[in-house]
Amino acid sequence: MASQVVIDCDVHPTVPGMKALLPYLDDHWREAVVRRGIDDQTTISYPTLNPLTFRSDWKDATGKAATSVAMLADQALDPFGATFAICNCLYGAQAAFSEDLGVAIARAVNDWIALEWLDRDPRLRASIVVPQQNAERAVDEIERVATDNRFVQVLLLVGSELTLGRRQYWPIYAAAERLGLTIGIHAGSMFRNPTTPIGWPTSFTEEYVNQATGFQSQLTSLITEGVFAKFPNLTVVLMESGVSWLPAYLWRLTKFWKGLRTEVPWVADPPASIVRDRVRLTLQPFDAPPAGRGDDGGVMRLMDQIGSDEMLLFSTDYPHWQFDGLAAMPAGIDATLAKKIMADNPLRTYVRLQQPTTVV
Amino acid sequence: MNVDVLNRSGVQPAATSKLAIADGDIHPRPPGVGIGGVSKALYPYLTKQWREHVEAFGITYRQPWEKGSAYPKGQPQAARRDAWTPGGGSPGSDLAFMQKQHLDPNNVALGILNPLTSGQGAQNPDLSNAICHATNEWQKADWTGQDSRLKASVVIPYEDAVASVKEIELRANDPDFAQVFLLSKTSEPLGQRRYWPIYEAAAATGMPVGIHAFGNGGWPNTAGGWASFYIEEMVGHGMAQQAVLTSLILEGVFERIPNLKVVLIEGGLAWAAALGWRLDAQWKKLKQELPHLKRAPSEYIRTNVWFTTQPIEEPEPRTQLAEVFDWIGWDRILFATDYPHWDYDDPAHALPLQMTEAQRRGIFQDNAKRVYRV
Repeated sequence: MASQVVIDCDVHPTVPGMKALLPYLDDHWREAVVRRGIDDQTTISYPTLNPLTFRSDWKDATGKAATSVAMLADQALDPFGATFAICNCLYGAQAAFSEDLGVAIARAVNDWIALEWLDRDPRLRASIVVPQQNAERAVDEIERVATDNRFVQVLLLVGSELTLGRRQYWPIYAAAERLGLTIGIHAGSMFRNPTTPIGWPTSFTEEYVNQATGFQSQLTSLITEGVFAKFPNLTVVLMESGVSWLPAYLWRLTKFWKGLRTEVPWVADPPASIVRDRVRLTLQPFDAPPAGRGDDGGVMRLMDQIGSDEMLLFSTDYPHWQFDGLAAMPAGIDATLAKKIMADNPLRTYVRLQQPTTVV
Repeated sequence: MNVDVLNRSGVQPAATSKLAIADGDIHPRPPGVGIGGVSKALYPYLTKQWREHVEAFGITYRQPWEKGSAYPKGQPQAARRDAWTPGGGSPGSDLAFMQKQHLDPNNVALGILNPLTSGQGAQNPDLSNAICHATNEWQKADWTGQDSRLKASVVIPYEDAVASVKEIELRANDPDFAQVFLLSKTSEPLGQRRYWPIYEAAAATGMPVGIHAFGNGGWPNTAGGWASFYIEEMVGHGMAQQAVLTSLILEGVFERIPNLKVVLIEGGLAWAAALGWRLDAQWKKLKQELPHLKRAPSEYIRTNVWFTTQPIEEPEPRTQLAEVFDWIGWDRILFATDYPHWDYDDPAHALPLQMTEAQRRGIFQDNAKRVYRV
């Protein structure tokens, strides 16, 4: 249906290499990148040669996908009928050990996204890539880019250097709240810490499965440090986090909050109610229960356990391989809920989607 | 839960349970010294060299404090305030008091002892080995030898597989020991090769490997760095156990040792269903990376893994817990109290669910009897 609003809250333009960003680097970094042979800053969170990174039927001759606006439109925007799609560019800025290099890549990526993606398709929106190494410089970048309101969110990686609730990061949250941006936390890592809570994994599968435990601990950190109390108008979106872990996690968190809330007296509301009010999750991957025996396969039971129909935001996670064909909506989700996921929930989450663009 | 009881002098009356129960997580503690120290109750089982070493240098772990654990607990020794002995001794340090406060009124027919102050993960590997060995001797002398309802865990210096295997083999035919005991926070994720000899030795004895929350592996306790608060640490044990189970499955430990039984202790269990779905979903796409896996990852959970209940997750409404038990399998679930710790689950109140008689008997007794072979 052409009139149906569909907002795809997680797509990933692929940076072909540092060469593509050269025009967006300052003189120092343009020279350094060439002279030092800094050819590519693709991280191993999404290795080029990995079945998950590029779905096989979406790959071009170079073995990549999402390398151009045309490709994104043909493979994701058109087939899924996107009214808007939010670009989350995952390209190494946060993982650079030099914060100066991090700043340079973040600035270049944001300017590249604006000129080579947002300008070329009116359906596209984006998250602001920030140098996660340093909150002060992240705020500088947010303020620089946010004047363009096609940028609707601040992008952070779940595998941070310090837990994201810590007070060092609060200037980022203050800036986002002030400017009407959500905080989008995406799978991926700065590689300052092992990618599991018990040490370094040995396989990509192990690392990727553990992204979900990373989201669970970051949510715990944001809640217990008091971020939601301090910034009452801030919304946090968990992207590519998986979904089905949420109820069991909230039950455990709530139990310990009941027992230990004197340690964090500023957490005045039950954590589950904070999460239902202030946290959203993109749909893919959903990690659904297996299809059931004549019933809904457990998906609607899981939705009952989550206890809200306002938390999920439609996403394809294009070009990552989370599903085949067009099956982005998990089986078992009814039509009413599907509409909320595709349209109502994203529109309410991203206030900038409903504003006229500030770019002519 | 975390209630300050005014009368700390005597035993608090507990509701008696008609059904005899198995308790999969009881913490005995050598009297005298806090975590990080070594109790004199272990001295009879330590050589002169190690007694002198302890008195000269103490025992240290990969964490900051000389006394106490990395995150200050909610209350002293993380214990119920009514669990201090009448003489003021540490909770869990006196069998007679434990019998009166817990084993008798709750009709505990099988209690699994999981000592936490046993040198596991100590920085000095030889000291770790010595304290583990002494702790096992102490469990026999002061606990299982005194009360036949209790079964000991073989505590092992798990970072040293050779020494661990020796200790396991020493206890292989001793009916006082029911499981091999590890902590979840180790030098490497527990599925990795350095730990395989431990699993082979445990499986050969028929004992399950119990993996309990805590430990000092030295790594940040989240993939985003060190948490700030005790509440984060406690919630985070659920994430650590997910990572442990993921490592065990994906490294192929259960393919290599099909008769290995693993009991995950004090890390929750409601997450296990969703973790299985996530593992299966990713494995379908990425299995070329893991050719040693012959089955979908979640299937190993159904055949080789059990979970103790405490701290049982508390959904609203509680009936949702039964939905999750359906997903996980009622035969996988072992009741546990965590006595004498503050977040103790009372067998009379912890599982307010509609259960069939078979389900109730399974969780409270039969599943444990099968796993622990008693």
